[in-house]
Amino acid sequence: MSRKLSRRAFLKGSLTAAGTAAGVVTGTAPLARAANAVTAGAVDPLVTVIDISKCIGCEECVYACRESNSGKFPAPKKPFPRMFPARVPVQDWSGRQDVSDRLTPYNWLYIQHASARVGGEETELTIPRRCMHCNNPPCVKLCPWGAAKQESNGLSRIDADICLGGSKCKTVCPWDVPQRQTGVGLYLDILPSLAGNGVMYKCDRCYQKVAKGETPACIEACPEDVQTMGPRSQMIDQAKALAKEMNGYLYGLDENGGTNTIYISPVPFDQLVLETGKGKPHMNPVADHMATGTNLARAMLIAPFAGAVAAFGKFYKQAKEDRS
Amino acid sequence: MKNGIMNLLYGLTLFLITLSGFAQMPVFKRYYIADIPGLGWLAQFYTTHTIHYIMASFLLATGGYAVTRLLITGKGFGALTFWGRIRGGLLLGLMISGGLMVLRNLPGIYFSHISIYVMNLAHLGLCMALLAVSGLTMGKAWSR
Repeated sequence: MSRKLSRRAFLKGSLTAAGTAAGVVTGTAPLARAANAVTAGAVDPLVTVIDISKCIGCEECVYACRESNSGKFPAPKKPFPRMFPARVPVQDWSGRQDVSDRLTPYNWLYIQHASARVGGEETELTIPRRCMHCNNPPCVKLCPWGAAKQESNGLSRIDADICLGGSKCKTVCPWDVPQRQTGVGLYLDILPSLAGNGVMYKCDRCYQKVAKGETPACIEACPEDVQTMGPRSQMIDQAKALAKEMNGYLYGLDENGGTNTIYISPVPFDQLVLETGKGKPHMNPVADHMATGTNLARAMLIAPFAGAVAAFGKFYKQAKEDRS
Repeated sequence: MKNGIMNLLYGLTLFLITLSGFAQMPVFKRYYIADIPGLGWLAQFYTTHTIHYIMASFLLATGGYAVTRLLITGKGFGALTFWGRIRGGLLLGLMISGGLMVLRNLPGIYFSHISIYVMNLAHLGLCMALLAVSGLTMGKAWSR
């Protein structure tokens, strides 16, 4: 937690706060929009398009991911604190770091196997699976501790120095992506037995490489060019064009209100028979989990004015009664 | 706020917004509270999030009502008692920090990590302070 508050960060925070205050007072939000423009840095989020039809399941991406991110993997202290109450599960993957057939704190990307019957023939497909990097990620927005963040380039990540491992991010994630490792992180310094339970881990889309203008390790290592990444405005058009060209299907474009990962499949996603379960995400349609909150936010804007109108109404009625 | 119904609504809103706010932390399931029949919803994060937002709207409406009433009756903020000002200030802080968090939760809004962290801690701290002050000053008038 040795981050310094940069001038840019201060400007972002100040403008955003001022923008919100202006929005509350005036009912419009010109400053909030300005703040958004500054905070977004006018960056078009980066979207990854994954063409399943090209994937041969070689796992090069899996090993590249591990190599690139090994420095971020947990190094838990043992023995683990005794958890209270006893129902709190200890989740220890440190002795199973080589597991590669599901998501774990040490395996942020894996190859999911799927089968489908196309034209009477059985087809096998392999799909690289990792965090979808939602447009409006519940894991980031609903973290009660502020441990997760979304960057203006669309990637979301969990700060291992701040995360307490409560696993709420996993519960609210439509795909249950983040995975917990017990015995590591800030909770050990606060109330190790009573609150927290480690740190949550998931794909951060190699943010350290992306920040330098480089490509995430999984994309770089793929011998079949299964994944391509670029600005959202371009990649969505590209994904749609590619799907049209191969009579394919898209997943991720609308799921959970839209994600920054779009899969293209030659087979309809609802016909894919996937190996799903713990650490193995589904590919079902997903409604926008944050939509209710977004709609209620509008109600919040008008609420103080509704209260004011009620007060005026009551005052007017009282004055009328007094006069008569 | 001498009106009994207003006090009741305010109290109920404060209770539910606090409960649903604490339910944003994954503690109710861990500590068996959500296992109590009828309280299972406390462990459903999207449900408690929605309740928190609805209660926040009620609180904002109550705030708008109270402030407007103070102003149109000519009393002004000077009529607030000492503890009324403290409670009002804490509520205002909660509304501002909560408003910023609502803004953060909208799609396409990116806050710096440090501001998210500060907002969360400020919101929690203000809530604890308001609970303590409300407990100490229960039944005391907001305004003269």
